[in-house]
Order: sequence, then C-alpha cells, then structure tokens
Amino acid sequence: MKNAINREIPNKIKYIGELEPFMGAWEKLKKGWMDEISVPPPNKAKLPHQKKICATLKEAILKTNPQNGMTLTYHHHLRNGDDILVKAISILAELGIKDITLASSSLNESHDALLRYLEDGTITKIWSSGIRGELGKAISKGILKNPVVIHSHGGRVRAIHTGKIKPDLTIIPAAAADEEGNATGAHGKSAFGSIGYARIDARYAKQVIVVTDNLVDYPCIPIGIRQNFVDYVVEVNSIGDPTKIASGTTRITKSPMDLRIAKLAADVIEHSGLFIEGFSFQVGAGGASLAVAKFIREKMKHKNIKGSFMLGGITSYCVEMLNEGLFKTLFDVQSFDAEVSHSLLNNKRHIEIPAALYANPFNCGCMTNKLDVVALGALEIDTDFNVNVITGSEGNIRGASGGHSDTASGAQLTVVVCPSFRGRIPIVTKKVHTVVTPGESVHVLVTERGICVNPQYPDLEKRLNKAGIKTKKIEELEKEVDEIVGTAKPINFTDKIVGLIEYRDGTIIDVIRQVAEF
Amino acid sequence: MKTKRRTMLYIPGNNPAMLQQGGIYGADSLLLDLEDAVALNEKDSARILVKNMLNSISYYNTEVCVRVNHLDTPFGIEDLETIVPLQPDAIRFPKTETVKELKKLIDIIESIENKHNLPHNKMTIHAMIETALGVQNVFEIAKFSKRVDAITIGGQDLTADMNIVNAKDGSGIDLARKMIVMAAKANNIDAIDTVFVDVNDEEGLRLETEYAKKIGFTGKAVINPRQIDIIHEVYTPTEAEIRRAFRIIKEFKKNKDAGIGVFAIDGKMVDAPVVARARHTLDLAEIKY
Repeated sequence: MKNAINREIPNKIKYIGELEPFMGAWEKLKKGWMDEISVPPPNKAKLPHQKKICATLKEAILKTNPQNGMTLTYHHHLRNGDDILVKAISILAELGIKDITLASSSLNESHDALLRYLEDGTITKIWSSGIRGELGKAISKGILKNPVVIHSHGGRVRAIHTGKIKPDLTIIPAAAADEEGNATGAHGKSAFGSIGYARIDARYAKQVIVVTDNLVDYPCIPIGIRQNFVDYVVEVNSIGDPTKIASGTTRITKSPMDLRIAKLAADVIEHSGLFIEGFSFQVGAGGASLAVAKFIREKMKHKNIKGSFMLGGITSYCVEMLNEGLFKTLFDVQSFDAEVSHSLLNNKRHIEIPAALYANPFNCGCMTNKLDVVALGALEIDTDFNVNVITGSEGNIRGASGGHSDTASGAQLTVVVCPSFRGRIPIVTKKVHTVVTPGESVHVLVTERGICVNPQYPDLEKRLNKAGIKTKKIEELEKEVDEIVGTAKPINFTDKIVGLIEYRDGTIIDVIRQVAEF
Repeated sequence: MKTKRRTMLYIPGNNPAMLQQGGIYGADSLLLDLEDAVALNEKDSARILVKNMLNSISYYNTEVCVRVNHLDTPFGIEDLETIVPLQPDAIRFPKTETVKELKKLIDIIESIENKHNLPHNKMTIHAMIETALGVQNVFEIAKFSKRVDAITIGGQDLTADMNIVNAKDGSGIDLARKMIVMAAKANNIDAIDTVFVDVNDEEGLRLETEYAKKIGFTGKAVINPRQIDIIHEVYTPTEAEIRRAFRIIKEFKKNKDAGIGVFAIDGKMVDAPVVARARHTLDLAEIKY
C-alpha cells in the first residue's frame, strides 16, 4: 500500500503485525487520543531489606531469569563511550540466550562488536532511534531476517506504552547510584548528564538492573532513576570511556561553509517573526546546526532579546547561554559533556526531562509542542522538503532519527541547515532515499547556495523577502546542484525490507530496502 | 556606482573544493590563484582546473580575477594563453615593478584577445605591488593603461623584499601602503590592502581593516572566508553615519537652492568635500539619495 507521501509500505510484517501507513504529520493527533491502548507497567515486589546489590553483571542478569525471545532495552546516553551493552549481550550469549529483541534508544560505533551476535542469532530484532557503524552496514546488507524498526525519541515512548516494545529486561548504566538503585548521570567519573531516555525503560521493564562505576552512599541524588523501579544494582570498574562520552560536537565549527550556512539560518530566524522576547529554541550538536546558536546568541545580545527555554540535546554552548541570562531554562533530555553535567547538578534552571515529556506525541503536552524554533541537520532533503537522516549515499543505515521528526512536528519554525552537496554527493535532491521527517513539517531549507521556503508556508517567504532575504525555489536549487555534481546512478536495492521507518505517531513513513551486492 | 571591492578572497587554483565553493561566501571579488598558492609541480593541473571551473561553475555575481604567474617564470605565458580567452573579470599580475613589464603583459593579453576576436576593454588588470622597486614606480604603473583598474599590495613579499624581520605591526610597509593608495586615488582606481594572515585573530583583523579603511584602501584581500564578514562590517557605514550623511545631503540641497555653498550642521562646517564624503557613505551602504 502507498502512504500519504506516496511511499510503498507493506501491509504487514510478521513479527509486528498489521502496519499503519503514514497519514500526515498531525493526522493522528487530531482526535485527541490514540486508539491503541496503553499496556500496564509490571507490578513488582521486594521483601523488606532485601538486598539489590550483585557482585557482577552476570550475577544480576542470571537473577533476572533471561529467556529466549526476550526484549532487552537500553539507553544511549554514554554514546560512543559505552562499555556496558556489548558486555551485557556477550553474557546473554554465553548463557545461550537466543532471539533477543534489542531496543536501545540508539546504537553507534561503540556497539560494532555486537555484529557477531547478529550473525549467530543471539540478536534477531532491533528497535532503535538510530544505527551507526558496522551494525548499520550489516543490517543494510540484510544480516537480520526481520526488519529493524527506526523510531523517534518521542515515538519510542509511545512504542513502549502501547506494548510494541515489551521490555523484559533493561540495563541502565548510571554515573552514580546507590544500593537501592536511585541513579543519576549527573556526577561521577563517567558523568554523562541527563538520564532522560532511560526513565521509560525503568518504569516498564519487568526487570531493571542499574550498573554504575560510582556507588555512592544512600540516597543518590539527584534521583534520575527511582529505586522503586529497580531490581538489581551492580558496581563495575567502568561504565565507559568518558573521553568518548563527550562527543566533541560542542565546539563551534570553524568550517567556513558551516558558518556561512549557520549565519544565513540565523538571519532567517531573526526575520521569521518568532525572534521575540520569550521565544524557545533548539539546535542539534555539531556542524552548522550548533553554529546557528552562535549567531542567534550574538543577535539576542545585540537586540537585547531574552528567550524562554532551550530544549533537547544540551551542549555546553546552551549552558553558556543559560548562564548569560539569554534563556531562562534548559530542558535536558540528553547532554553532551562534563560541563553540562556540572550545570545540570548545580543550576536549578537546568532541568532533566524524560523522553516522554520531551517528545511523546500521545500525552497532553510534550515539550517539542511548545517549541518556537528548531534548527536541524539533514543527510538529504528532497524537493518536497522530506528529510532523510538515516541512510547514506550508498543506501546504508548510518544515522539517527533521534528527535528530528519530533521537533520538526512541534516547532513553529523548522529550519533545516545543510550544504547543498557534500563532495560529489547531492544533499538537495529530487527524492530522498529514506523519509524520516515529512516535508510538511519543514518550513525552510538553508544551504550555502540558497534559502528555500516550503511553498506550504507562503507567508514566511513573503516576510523573509520583505526583510531583504532572497529565496529561491527548491527545484531551482536542486537543478543547480545537479548541474554541479551530476545525476548519481541509482542505488541497487533488492525487494527485501531491512528497516521500517516509524513516524512518531506509530505509522510507517518509509521502508529501507536491502542494498544489493555489486 | 562602481563594483564594490571590499573583499577579495584568495582561492588556491589547485583546490577543487574551494574553487567550487568560492561564490557562496559573499566576497565582493574572488582571486583564483595560479601563483604563490600553487606548488611548482602543480602549476599545470591548477591551470587546467581553473580553466574548467571558469567554464562550468557559477560564481553568481561575484567579480572573478585570476592571478597568473609572472612572465619571468616558465608558466606566465601559458597561464595567459589559457585564461585570457575565458575573459574573467580581471587578471592579476604579480610583482609588477616597471611600466615596461606591464606593457609587455598588456601586449601579450591583447594579442591573445585579437587571436580570439575578443575586445580589449572587457577584462581589466590588477597590478600587484610586492617589491620596493614596484612601490617606487607605482604612480606610473597605475597611470599607464585604462585597463589597470586596481592596485594591490602584497605585504608578505614586500616585507621580504625590504628585509624586514619583525614585521607584525606593519610599520615597515606603512609608507608603501600610503604610496599605493595615493597612486591609485590619483588615477581614480581601487587600492586593495594586503592579507591578514592570522585567521583566528578576529580583533587584529578588525583593527588592521579599520586602519586600511582610514588611510584610503578600497578593500582588503582575504585568505579565509571567515574574514569576509568582519571586513564588510568595517566597510559598511554605521546607522549613525548613514543618518548623518542623509542629513548633510538634505541640508546641502536646501542650502544650494538658496545659493549657499558652505553651512554648518551641529556647529561643524559642511562644504563640497564633506558632501562628497556623505555621498560616498550612502554609496557604500547601497542607499539611493
């Protein structure tokens, strides 16, 4: 069947059931509730003074009574510095557990070593907001029998609520924890800041193991993960490599191209009508996206404008803007370095939020719904403004949906910032390989070769033109790019579906097909 | 109004990515370099690359100049034979020292143009002054041909030619700067200041540009796109300057109708040169009056 953006979607996937085609960015929200019923979280019990501490991770896993076909959930706050997930899976494999559904909030290069467990049938299904590195390549080549499901950060919460992801076990690395399992990411030698993604896992998993390299006296505060959800606590030497936890994406780029794009984007924001006292703002980390914050910061100072809140992935750059009084509050679902952790711990206006509050579409007000302006990157964007942030130019899975479609859906102004081409690869194209964020939720594209406003938002274009900002049709820009880099030979795919792209509301917006071997 | 040349961005002729992106940074002028930025064993490939780029890439409305190698090198003639038929907006000639060599250059350019049935009045020439001898002859160089419409100073080479060791404050080439500006202005052509080499020193760049503007340079050469906005800011009149210029023009018109040539605004004398400066300010701000 075809969905609302004309992508071919299968009616059914065996292990998931009937699929619902994408109907439009806000169609399912119009009703005011979702038809799917929330599954109840487990009711658990412990005896008075029963000990939760286990000597090793293996001991804790054994106590959870792992079974074939189980679902393991995980958070990715440690990013590329994560040491625990691979260990946990290797323990499960050693115990002979097969057919695991892995539902990590994201997967990256630190999880390359999981590849062998995909090969040997230990892991057979994956739900995640992103997959990078060797896993992405292997999945794209068809290593798994079942397609992976790529969801957004908000969509993950919905998938757990509705029982699409049924966590049997969650393992939660924490930078500090106590013997009862109260845990935080905000302090300790491996501090990673917010632990917001893991909150839903702690609430819904039948068994919860907290793993820390910093066991502190009871109670561990601030309480990110609460003891009443935690079954076992394990102390290990290290939960990860802190140097890789800081992603290095918190410094403003020196790339003249990214800076040029960012400056143009800041000009667009300034003249959008939303750059006013009390506005709210979100940027991604790294590249042109974070650099937008640099120019917005200068403009806010110049015009003496104070914002309300910054949201989402919080970098030390956001912390600086909070400390300068440019924004009143940071809502932090995911943070990026030690400096952010320090602020999260010490500044009461720097608030940790769970993924549900951040972006779950099915509640009475996720924070992305209150967002005024967001600047987002793209791997590809097409002439319908659909954005791909998941598959690369060779068709392989190599990115993350993350909060892209969540914030685009919520913000009053979604600005996509990217170069029009990278090397010889066109970024602005007629049709993206994979749609993650639907074009209707993207207002404007800013590239080094032109600013294109989505024709669905003519008032914005008029406003920008009136302020002296030149715009061009996205079709013209696409043609210009095509003249420079030439038309690429299409990627060869087989009919096998290796990935489903779930929109935040649970409908299927696109599929990823297996890349054919040469 | 003449084309503004507040910034001239150097782009190494052997760097495809930078050549490709040259037009996006908002520089007033681009300088595709076949000379010092290109190693000896890359001269031919840079020439071919620049030729193909000129044929295929849109630099939007940016002025495009090509710096060729000197005629004393084995590359100069071939550079001209390749580039002149493509008629970029300008050719920049390095280490111009005498009128004699400038004449030789123009003769070669025009014979190539004749061969290709091209006019002699389209592509201009920027003479680059990089030696003490060139500085001494700069007025004659600036005056020699109508095709020369800008004089530029190559601070690095000039410093070396003058055997100046500790050169950071620019005092050694200060006289040369002023002589070049004077020669250019005397011939009503542009004077472009030398590059500022420390791309991370934004404040230093701003100060040096402010100085260049103050002594009369039309603009400044740029080695990194990040320097462009700072230079443009310096060369763009402030709101207060624009308001004052408007007031001067308005009062001037009023007084002129009453037959008065000299008058005062806020106690300061306004006469014809002040009015000319006010017009220049509004021209720079691209405001019609």
